[in-house]
Amino acid sequence: MTALTHGPEALRPDRSFQGLILTLQRFWAEKGCVILQPYDMEVGAGTFHPATTLRALGPRPWNAAYVQPSRRPKDGRYGENPNRFQHYYQFQVILKPSPPNLQELYLESLYAIGIDPALHDLRFVEDDWESPTLGAWGLGWECWCDGMEVSQFTYFQQVAGQECAPVAGELTYGLERLAMYLQGVDNGFELNFNGLEGEAKVTYGDVFRQAEEEYSRHNFEYANTEKLFRNFAEAEAECRALLAAGEPGEGQRHRQVLPAYDQCIKASHAFNLLDARGVISVTERQSYILRVRELAKACGAAWVKTEAGGAA
Amino acid sequence: MPDLLFELFSEEIPARMQRQASEDLKRLVTNALVEAGVTYEGAQAYATPRRLALHVVGLPARQPDTREERKGPRVGSPDGAIQGFLKSAGLTSLDQAKIESDPKKGEFYVAVIEKPGRPVLDLLAEILPATIRAFPWPKSMRWGAASTSSASLRWVRPLRAIVATFGAETEEPETVPFAVDGIAAGNITYGHRFMAPDSIRVKRFEDYVAKLEAAKVVLDPARRKEIIRQDARNLAFAQGLEVVEDEGLLDEVAGLVEWPVVLMGRFEEAFLDVPGEVIRATIRANQKCFVLRGPDGRLASRFLLVSNIEAKDGGATIIAGNERVIRARLSDAKFFWETDKKVWREDTGFARLERFRNVTFHEKLGSQWDRIERIRALAKELCAVTKADPEKVDLAARICKLDLQTEVVGEFPEVQGLMGRIYAGLAGLDPSVAAACEEHYKPVGPGDSVPKDPVSVTVALADKLDTLVGFWAIDEKPTGSKDPYALRRAALGVIRLLVENGVDFHLYESLCLPLARLAYQRRDHSDLFKMLAAEVGVPQSLKVGLLLPEAGEVVILDLVEFIFDRLKVLLRDQQLRHDALDAVRLSGEDWDNPNRLTIMSKTLGRFLETEDGKSLLAGFKRAANILRAEEKKDGEGAFEAAADPALCREPSEKALLEALSKAGEAAGIALDKADFEAAMRAMAALRGPVDAFFEAVLVNAEDPAIRRNRLALLATLRRVTRQVADFSRIAG
Repeated sequence: MTALTHGPEALRPDRSFQGLILTLQRFWAEKGCVILQPYDMEVGAGTFHPATTLRALGPRPWNAAYVQPSRRPKDGRYGENPNRFQHYYQFQVILKPSPPNLQELYLESLYAIGIDPALHDLRFVEDDWESPTLGAWGLGWECWCDGMEVSQFTYFQQVAGQECAPVAGELTYGLERLAMYLQGVDNGFELNFNGLEGEAKVTYGDVFRQAEEEYSRHNFEYANTEKLFRNFAEAEAECRALLAAGEPGEGQRHRQVLPAYDQCIKASHAFNLLDARGVISVTERQSYILRVRELAKACGAAWVKTEAGGAA
Repeated sequence: MPDLLFELFSEEIPARMQRQASEDLKRLVTNALVEAGVTYEGAQAYATPRRLALHVVGLPARQPDTREERKGPRVGSPDGAIQGFLKSAGLTSLDQAKIESDPKKGEFYVAVIEKPGRPVLDLLAEILPATIRAFPWPKSMRWGAASTSSASLRWVRPLRAIVATFGAETEEPETVPFAVDGIAAGNITYGHRFMAPDSIRVKRFEDYVAKLEAAKVVLDPARRKEIIRQDARNLAFAQGLEVVEDEGLLDEVAGLVEWPVVLMGRFEEAFLDVPGEVIRATIRANQKCFVLRGPDGRLASRFLLVSNIEAKDGGATIIAGNERVIRARLSDAKFFWETDKKVWREDTGFARLERFRNVTFHEKLGSQWDRIERIRALAKELCAVTKADPEKVDLAARICKLDLQTEVVGEFPEVQGLMGRIYAGLAGLDPSVAAACEEHYKPVGPGDSVPKDPVSVTVALADKLDTLVGFWAIDEKPTGSKDPYALRRAALGVIRLLVENGVDFHLYESLCLPLARLAYQRRDHSDLFKMLAAEVGVPQSLKVGLLLPEAGEVVILDLVEFIFDRLKVLLRDQQLRHDALDAVRLSGEDWDNPNRLTIMSKTLGRFLETEDGKSLLAGFKRAANILRAEEKKDGEGAFEAAADPALCREPSEKALLEALSKAGEAAGIALDKADFEAAMRAMAALRGPVDAFFEAVLVNAEDPAIRRNRLALLATLRRVTRQVADFSRIAG
């Protein structure tokens, strides 16, 4: 265990994956964000975390940052592609209302992780964000560093079918890609995870390669599609049942939004797996996306009837 | 005279919107000024990623005074009318109105409303915020705390600052006093985001531009483009290379930077195995970089990027970063390329075509598989007219869409077709078949070339005709500016394929069969299809010459007319008289044969430019007018009997009769041989005799038999010329 006594050097954002995460967390904590932990369910992106999807709605101020492991079953490459994983990390920041200096804050966070604006070409390139499954859209940019997209920057206009009032700003950092750039490695599996060297060094591949292999097999070959179709249908029904059960009476608030929204997340993940398994045709695909969107919209509509959603 | 400087400083504006936005800014502000009666000497608008700017030169300090006279009620009108008049004219008593009189109305009141012109500064304080609030962005957004209210300002991205100064060169300009959503107009702007982010105090356009330039911002997009173009050429030249020019990309990157710095990067030679177009598409679409080619015309392993800063290491870090991304992108492209090649090598029987069963072409027109089957069947029939090898055509029709399944096309849709050709070539297919994979999409626009290889021509025709028939049958025709399925382009493509390859083809007949086949294939999906399928029967028994029930006939006739409308537009664009097409279309069995009609109308058009043509046309018109008038008296068809040589008194009558009989015969023979030039020469020979006839003869002679005979001669002229063209359709 002697190696573990290494000092703060190992936690430099350009030395270790975890150092990058810790730096971003500290940075945003200092800016007044609550630092949350990942949501404990399989989601396709950090936006699915209720801390973003639901908290973006309603009038109450909300500033949060968190890492979210994200699963995109179709992106599995059996651990053979250095850039594409079916499981990866996003660092997510949500600020409501969007502060007037959000661009400057974002750039400051890049400086904090060691990107020097006198050396690098930083750019905001048009990218209109839309999530058909979440019934959400916003305007913003892909943020480029020397031609590489390192973040997504969005002013949410609508989420879960609800107009955002006020608008929240969302920042999403692709952590693996950013770390690869900072560490100067071309293969994601070679990322230094803990910042140590020699025998004590742990790489991203040490942690995740086997998982990439196994989950790729699972996503493309073994996942039980009958079970998944059933899961989808059950989650959909459960979501609706919970929303109905929590429906407020006169002068009351909705009482079952978060558990219902969990079911929406489950349905979405089941759909993503079915899609990876290639058992959903093009026309069906649209209708599944629509079904998830309807759940998300129903949850959004219920959320604004809760305390955190700003209901009186 | 005072100038206006107006700048809207915001977070990054999408590159593709900047040009339109600067034009809109100029239009909205200057229109509003003109509306208020304020003239100006000139206006120019500019855009960068972070600002829209407008400079209006030579404005007056004050709006001109106006004087308006408003007529009121008659003197002595009821009090209600008088009060209403006073109120609307802004008068307090009738003493302020004058009295005028006119002979009809008698005496009535007139109010003279004189409005002194307002200071233009005050007008601008209304016009500028109104322009901002009503700005026509294609997509706009709300932001920040103010967005709690739905009435908050919408802009393309958050608006951060406004500069609005107004004043003459000799004086300290004033700030136009207004604010929008808490942003007050002032005289402060900002320099380059990274190299000179500090605030800048500006007075007028001249010092504004100079101060921005000093703060690393090139305001004028045209100048940024030229800087990029020149620097790119120079960098390329120094390496013995040439930039693959790309105006669209140049426009875009000029809209992504305020201070363009062109840098050159490189990638591994090994990537050059991948087709150049794929490399270019990858580097262009994802990285917005230019590619280069060597003296041999082949792509070089270099690229040019346009950065937004002068980096303190001379750009080494930026180049390295971009190279890393491009390497990753090209690795992906190479992987796609290798994967695709493997598929084409292994699946030589094209079993993967089955996958098209699950790909929807259009909800009402079935799957891509259905469509390919229709194209195959139609292409097979077309071989008879295009003289293409039916076996090659069938293979080409089967696989022409197959590259849609490739990884490369999935990633870069713009190389569709081209990849089909490349992969089919690598798979060892016949070169004509491989070429058809690309060329069957052609021509994609008026400037695009038309394929010549009969295999390509056949599949291209089948592809376009199927598209047209399909969308016509489901009533998805183009309307106004909306043509989402590019049907005008398809129709123009059909015409050009036929005309430029000299293919004789009867549209009506050839479109009936595809419609019947489509109806049979999709008979469960629409009432029209069900009805047609029931009436025309199973496709195997269908034959050319098939008669459609009326509902189908209506569809096809409408489509044929649509295609001919495109032909008319095409002829007009070629500066040919389009009335010639109407004239030749009425005369004969080639009414639906675009190739023949084009030749005929062009020949006729040329003829009408000659002295013979002009004169014959005049003679024809004269004859037709006389006939029309006399037929009114004697009845329709009264003069259609053959003229009697015995009644031809004058030599000119005899000569005309002879000439008509000769011309009629010659034209008939020429038309049988499809020699339209000769037919036209036969017509030209009529000019002299017609002129002489009208010179010497009074048609409406006193003797009724002579009159009738002369009219019969004119009717003959009308019949004979109509063999070739209906001159009554020609204007002038």
